[in-house]
Amino acid sequence: MSFWSELLEFWRTQAGKLAEQTLQHIGLTAAAVLLAVALGVPLGLWLTRRPRWAPAVLGAAGVLQTVPSIALLGFLIPLLGIGAAPAIVALLLYSLLPIIRNTVTGIQGVSPAVVEAARGLGLTDAQVLRRVELPLALPVLMAGIRTAAVIGVGVATLAAYVAAGGLGEFIFGGIALNNPVMILAGALPAAALALAFDAALAAVQRLSVRRLPRVGAGLLVVLPLLGALYLLPGAAGKLRAGFSPEFVGRADGLPALRHAYGLRRLPSVVLAPALVYEAARAADVDVIDGYSTDGRIRAYGLLVLRDDRRVFPPYYAAPVLRPALLQAHPELGPVLNLLAGQLSDSAMTELNYRVDYRHEEPRAVAEAWLRRRGLWRRPRPARGGAATVRLGSKIFGEQYILAEMYAALIRGYTDLQVQTKTGLGGTTICFEALRAGAIDMYPEYTGTGLQVLLQPRPATLDSLGGRPAAVFDYVQREFGRRYGLQWLPPLGFNNTYALLMRRQQARQLGIGSLSELGAYLGR
Amino acid sequence: MPATPAVPIIRVRGLTKRYGPQVVVDDVSVELAAGQTLVLLGPSGCGKTTLLKMLNRLVEPDAGTVEINGQDVRRQRPELLRRGMGYVIQQVGLLPHYSVAENVAVVPRLLGHVPAAIEARTQELLTRLHLPPERFAQRLPHELSGGQQQRVGLARALAADPPIVLLDEPFGALDPVVRAGIRRDFRELPELRGKTVVLVTHDVAEAFELADRILLLDAGRVQQLGTPRELLLRPANEFVRRFFAAERLPLQLRTLTLADLQPFLSEPPPPALHQLPAATSVQTALEQLTAANPEAAAVGPLMHAFHHALQAAIA
Ligand SMILES: Nc1ncnc2c1ncn2[C@@H]1O[C@H](COP(=O)(O)OP(=O)(O)O)[C@@H](O)[C@H]1O
Ligand SMILES: [Mg+2]
Repeated sequence: MSFWSELLEFWRTQAGKLAEQTLQHIGLTAAAVLLAVALGVPLGLWLTRRPRWAPAVLGAAGVLQTVPSIALLGFLIPLLGIGAAPAIVALLLYSLLPIIRNTVTGIQGVSPAVVEAARGLGLTDAQVLRRVELPLALPVLMAGIRTAAVIGVGVATLAAYVAAGGLGEFIFGGIALNNPVMILAGALPAAALALAFDAALAAVQRLSVRRLPRVGAGLLVVLPLLGALYLLPGAAGKLRAGFSPEFVGRADGLPALRHAYGLRRLPSVVLAPALVYEAARAADVDVIDGYSTDGRIRAYGLLVLRDDRRVFPPYYAAPVLRPALLQAHPELGPVLNLLAGQLSDSAMTELNYRVDYRHEEPRAVAEAWLRRRGLWRRPRPARGGAATVRLGSKIFGEQYILAEMYAALIRGYTDLQVQTKTGLGGTTICFEALRAGAIDMYPEYTGTGLQVLLQPRPATLDSLGGRPAAVFDYVQREFGRRYGLQWLPPLGFNNTYALLMRRQQARQLGIGSLSELGAYLGR
Repeated sequence: MPATPAVPIIRVRGLTKRYGPQVVVDDVSVELAAGQTLVLLGPSGCGKTTLLKMLNRLVEPDAGTVEINGQDVRRQRPELLRRGMGYVIQQVGLLPHYSVAENVAVVPRLLGHVPAAIEARTQELLTRLHLPPERFAQRLPHELSGGQQQRVGLARALAADPPIVLLDEPFGALDPVVRAGIRRDFRELPELRGKTVVLVTHDVAEAFELADRILLLDAGRVQQLGTPRELLLRPANEFVRRFFAAERLPLQLRTLTLADLQPFLSEPPPPALHQLPAATSVQTALEQLTAANPEAAAVGPLMHAFHHALQAAIA
């Protein structure tokens, strides 16, 4: 299938979603621009009366505009929660600068002689404003509104990160999945919307100055109507879900889940991955996607729903290493295997919680755990000429903890030196570093090895059927065959996709597994 | 001629305005009777515009009072005060988004006049100011020449028939020929008859042509207040003398009349002068005499009498 027919096919199958997102997008933009006009024009007018404040206010609005939009949303979430409110406020803040600035410029551009003549004839200040200054400033003002609207359409894509909908849902889903068709499915309508807004406002701007006031008034009527579009659809259900864009889009994410468990009556919103947990904690949503060992599960009192039909692929952690390491130091094998099967999901969640949310040192957390399990041994004194084992890790807490555990074991049980190279970015960097011999081992997940590194054909995937042992055997065999690398036995926990609910609510509703969730929704 | 009119419609006392350290208008007092024309004269930057704007509260004074019809202007709402005073600003200031007719109609509309009356009045004024309404009424200001714009500005100031008219260099930015023409129109405008006019100019000839009285300013201070004749013939100080120096003779010729010359004309006076009224200026008399060439002989006695009359007036 060609790219374009794929795109058309996507739109066809997602027509309802596309229409809904487009309406939401228009609604968000219109509401924000309307508010920005309602706020920015009076502010701009005030500044023309008090020019001494202009640099400060324009400067502040300018600074707001330089705040990255995702960061701005981040600031707004604690204040406004998720949904339309933070999205509209963020859009409003971005729209403010062009509107304030153009109001000031427009009014200041009115010839002082004209204003003085009008005052000299006996117009009141309000009449001067309404009949002289505003009509004459309107073309410049409209240009500001036009800029604001176009910026607004662009920024409104980010609304998808705070569950406010809009065309960003496709775009960020597409980005998360590296799916160009899906990205364009949202980006093209968004671009078309920006052009349409711009063209409509440009047409208004071209009208003669005399007809502008009436059109301006018309705009004030139309914008709220457009804004109301946002409120139109939105199904209601017993529970509401908030999902990250990637989860919504990828085949083994939400679609697979719906297929297997029939979660049909679960209306969902899309959220920035960073915000999903917060939304669940604040009860803005009831069901979220996440990772089964995330520290926040414990911190926020969440429950991992059991994947009783094994829809999510297994992501068991295990060390991957260069076989040369064990050949050179045979004593190392049993030491590394001390951890095999020792870490449960809840244990790992607990450790992640300490590092990510209590901000304890990964090394201290790792050593404390080893002590509790009776695996801790004091490091042996350094001996000259001893070889060094180089440990790598990806750049997040769980990997740091695992690397520190292995480092402590090697120091305590062998005479070898250890060098940790933590923070090697993502999967590919670690993997390539290992292949190139820059590190000797790092912790990897079976699912990642399978999906990201080996990328087998769908038929092969089906034959594995998501069974943990089968997947481990497959990656172990294929890594050896293709890359000459070796997997040691898994540590025991499965850091995979999961659906989470607030523990208390789940208990109340009697939901512990995905089947139970499906049954509850279908009831 | 009495220096102070009996019933002042405008009374200004001790008016002072400062911008920072600069005293722009310095303790100015003047009174103006109904129907009189006062010209504010002085070099550029001497404070004429500022003084004028204090009359309709576009500028608030730092000290002193302005009374219109015996009432302190600070006790009136500024916009109501202004609607009763026509105002022409130096830079014309037509509303660029209003047609000529709409510009003229601004004040009558504010005052709530009936549309038909406004329409009729607009047509009348435009016609009188040589802007045929059928051609000009619907134009926008930028479609007019500078002189036409100034005429619209004048029509706008007069539209509601205010008893007082304030004019700030209404003929500025025009070439001399057009300027003389529009000035003549202005002087002969029936709409201006009986109105109290305060007119700002830096043009001496204009001041002499239009003023009942002249207030000559320098650096915000009154140098002399009086009739054109008083300023010309009895300058109060060196500044006043020098201010008129360049144009002294033409001004004198225009200011002295045959009545002034009467005592100094030889008997019998040249017959050509008999037909002219006593109020005819020497300048006009000379023009008439030289136009009728054969009588040019009368120029000698006339200039002789002019010389003596001048001596007497200055003494
Ligand atoms: N708003 C103002 N702020 C500061 N200085 C002013 C202002 N308006 C006028 N001036 C100064 O006051 C003086 C008189 O100005 P103006 O009354 O316009 O003079 P004129 O009309 O006689 O040419 C000038 O020196 C001018 O620069
Ligand atoms: Mg001036």
